[in-house]
Amino acid sequence: MYVLEIWQEAFPVLLVGLRLTIELTILAVLFGCVIGLIVALGKMSRMPLIKIPSVIYVEFFRGSPLLVQIFLVYFGLPKLVGHPMDQFWTSVAVLSLNSGAYCAEIFRAGIQSIERGQMEAARSLGMNHIQAMRYVILPQAFKRVIPPLGNEFIAMMKDTSLVSVIGLIELTRSGQLIISTTYTAIEIWFLVAIFYIIMTVLISEFFVNRMERRLQAGDRS
Amino acid sequence: MIVANNVHKAFGQLQVLQGIDLQVREQEVVVIIGPSGSGKSTFLRCLNLLEEPTSGVITIDGMCVTDKTSDINRIRQNVGMVFQRFNLFPHKTALENITLSPLKVKGISLQEANAIAKDLLAKVGLSDKETSYPDQLSGGQQQRVAIARALAMKPKVMLFDEPTSALDPEMVGEVLTVMKDLAREGMTMVVVTHEMGFAREVGDRVLFIDEGRVVEEGTPEQIFGNPKNERTRAFLNKIL
Repeated sequence: MYVLEIWQEAFPVLLVGLRLTIELTILAVLFGCVIGLIVALGKMSRMPLIKIPSVIYVEFFRGSPLLVQIFLVYFGLPKLVGHPMDQFWTSVAVLSLNSGAYCAEIFRAGIQSIERGQMEAARSLGMNHIQAMRYVILPQAFKRVIPPLGNEFIAMMKDTSLVSVIGLIELTRSGQLIISTTYTAIEIWFLVAIFYIIMTVLISEFFVNRMERRLQAGDRS
Repeated sequence: MIVANNVHKAFGQLQVLQGIDLQVREQEVVVIIGPSGSGKSTFLRCLNLLEEPTSGVITIDGMCVTDKTSDINRIRQNVGMVFQRFNLFPHKTALENITLSPLKVKGISLQEANAIAKDLLAKVGLSDKETSYPDQLSGGQQQRVAIARALAMKPKVMLFDEPTSALDPEMVGEVLTVMKDLAREGMTMVVVTHEMGFAREVGDRVLFIDEGRVVEEGTPEQIFGNPKNERTRAFLNKIL
């Protein structure tokens, strides 16, 4: 069949793009989670010197389009540091910063959803604020944020397609390149879409469902 | 053991505590009663600084709670607290709930912490529930674990904030029994409760608080048998 031949030819090329997409996603989500947790705690801080920058950070990266952020960093940063920046790491940086803003809100909501009494019980046992957070609040909050974090993971995976504008040949861009020589737009875009869908299904199955199940073992609250 | 002088607490415009004094001697059991909204829970929470008093001085075991320079985490290790809603850690087993703070705050060994926790679980009659999670326990069982958890820090004082108010009636008894045993062993206790039977039987002294003030104070016999103040009488009439 004609379509199968097109797909067969496109497949290895798309696979190379897919690999880059996966790398970008994993790094962005990983760094995004770390940034997010720190910023979430920063946003809940009583100290203005910590709280205000955290709030501004979230508002900036959540309030402007990712595409604009990518251009801004890609063209702005080399001016600032005086030499051109690596496309891959620029992309990882922007995606992580963007994801960090969303993760911060997810973590903050998760932490604040834990009943006040938990913090009070921990503190009344002599724990300081950090110990109470670490041993009592965060373990419970992590469990609650897995579903929204999974959504963020999936959204970030799809958003990596935007870094094609600065020349990274990830999944979407590799599809585009194939089409520019074969003119088989529908067939290729369809296959690209399938690739993304498979990844979202895998993320939600292996990351979200499994982790949820594991964390709920013996504890149904 | 506890000295509180002229404790005031305001939430914004709302004056909740309007100058409360309290002295608790070692091994004494003081029961605080009063209508809802009278400030009795707020006062109890001021004692370990879960609420910060607007003014007043509180000293526990010679350490000043209200002094900003004193190490509150250190003081709290000497002051166990039991909450109305238990507040057990849902992600930890009964045993882990009890061992967490001795392990992390006092830094004792796991074996030692486990030994202490097992002793305490036996004491509250829950030796068979070591590995149960809080949501697998009844309310009464959860509250007994919560008492054991507080005791694991070897506190000098125990504060009880309406420990039986969230329980089904048939579970109140098992919690009160544990508290009575504790009182008999000589624990210094301050108990906010609506359990007048407990107050009468176990209390050395009863405080009646209303509108943020101590209205009447005396032995259980005096307060329940011959209340002098009109408001105390009205309150007791309503609930007895």
